[in-house]
Amino acid sequence: MALLEVEDLNAYYGQTQALRGVSFALELGGITTLLGANGAGKTTTLRSICGMVATEGAIRFDGEPISGRATEEIVRLGVGHVPEGRGTFTNLTVDENLRVAAYTRRDKAAAQRDLEMVFEYFPILRARLGQQAGTLSGGEQQMLAISRALMLGPRLMLLDEPSFGLAPLIVQEIFRIMRRINAEAKVSMLLVEQNAALALELADHAYVLETGRVVMSGKASVVKSDEAIRKSYLGY
Amino acid sequence: MEQLLQQIAAGLANGAIYACLALALVMIFVSTDHINFAQGELAMFSAFMCWQLLEWNMSFWIALPAVALVSFVLGVAIERVVLRPLHHAPVLSIVVVFIGLLTIFHSLAGAIWGHTLKAFPSPFPRITFPGSGYFGPHQVGMIVVTIGLLVALFAFFRFTPLGLAMRAAAQNPASARLAGIRVDWMLALGWGLAAAIGAVAGSLIAPAVYLDPNMMAGILLYGFAGALVGGISSPGGAVVGGFLVGVLENLVAYFGNVLERSTGVYVVGNGEKLSVALIIVIAVLTLKPSGLFGQVTVKRV
Repeated sequence: MALLEVEDLNAYYGQTQALRGVSFALELGGITTLLGANGAGKTTTLRSICGMVATEGAIRFDGEPISGRATEEIVRLGVGHVPEGRGTFTNLTVDENLRVAAYTRRDKAAAQRDLEMVFEYFPILRARLGQQAGTLSGGEQQMLAISRALMLGPRLMLLDEPSFGLAPLIVQEIFRIMRRINAEAKVSMLLVEQNAALALELADHAYVLETGRVVMSGKASVVKSDEAIRKSYLGY
Repeated sequence: MEQLLQQIAAGLANGAIYACLALALVMIFVSTDHINFAQGELAMFSAFMCWQLLEWNMSFWIALPAVALVSFVLGVAIERVVLRPLHHAPVLSIVVVFIGLLTIFHSLAGAIWGHTLKAFPSPFPRITFPGSGYFGPHQVGMIVVTIGLLVALFAFFRFTPLGLAMRAAAQNPASARLAGIRVDWMLALGWGLAAAIGAVAGSLIAPAVYLDPNMMAGILLYGFAGALVGGISSPGGAVVGGFLVGVLENLVAYFGNVLERSTGVYVVGNGEKLSVALIIVIAVLTLKPSGLFGQVTVKRV
């Protein structure tokens, strides 16, 4: 069953059209990745799902149409967005960042359990709790961004280039934990990455975007092993 | 010496007024990044509403919370109805709207209650206590209420989920939305809080300066000065700044008088108090734009 369905999606920044008839579906429990060069429309796709861009076309989350709704209402349905640039509340402490993320939760006991889960995945955050979040390293801020999305208790997580600007070792650790979150917390994921090799390792399904269109899609294992696709679209 | 202490005490009492108003300005600034020029007139309007209730023989301690509540709703309504459509408007349009609001509330108060000065009874009992040579009961009351407000606001922002959500919305609206926070309502709430604080400020100032539609003209400037000195992004700073400006203006006048008596040269006196406030504003903007306690964001890139 598809958790997220996007049909014939157009997106606009003012007069500029950024997406042209993008369609894809994301299976419940799966990890899907959107690949493509700079400016292909990957980030725009994520922003469209969260109602942060003007769009036309249908977006359904768990069967419910969500296009045209306000970002905060979409998020409340269980869509955790780890945004480009991490979106840290720099002046708030790490603890406050995590508590803000759980603001909409009514079930405080479940939120507390999720907090324990976050500390299990990212023990460093427990040590940094009282620290101003703007003083964290890039890797720690990325961990915090993923943790904030987790604190919503999401069913779907949208991840916008979690590897951006981080050392390879940190990236590996974060991707390892993303796999655990997917398996253990049953969070489906839509992952946007420039680093196609990395993303194809993690994902089970891939879509390739070029100038706002889906130009190719398939199982991650197939895309990964197809040299023609790799050479022409993924550049490695 | 006696006179100096008296001047400082009077300065603190005035400072409490400025601090209250500065606090209201900071509320709106931290949630919307705007300086609300109509803040003083809103406070004046609230003070008139309070006066009206007192005229109807209501007790001050019932009238004040009632007026604060009405002002809160009024503040929220102004944000939702007047400013909401302007969320993406350039700053200048918003400034014009603030000036429009200022004029509207000014004329409205004049039209409803008239332009003659009205005495506003002090809610505090006329008692004598140690130190009452320096402070009147109303002045002590004002200082206590101001500090009480500050403590309540501090607790609200520091310890309640709603306060945290408001801070998050002010700091990073996009991320706050992604946390499911209804940012637009947080802005409206900031307006409501500011209007409620303004109502308290207005109702406490009125007994000291008499009630009329012009009562806030000078005081708002001191409030600005206080907010800027303390740091426009810091509620605690605004209160300290308000007290500082109050004491400073009195001391400047005092030492000006001393100088004149000893040397016969007139440099500054009571007449220049407002100029002193403006000089403070300009000096702070030039030397330390973030104010004494303003937040300088630490960011690692």
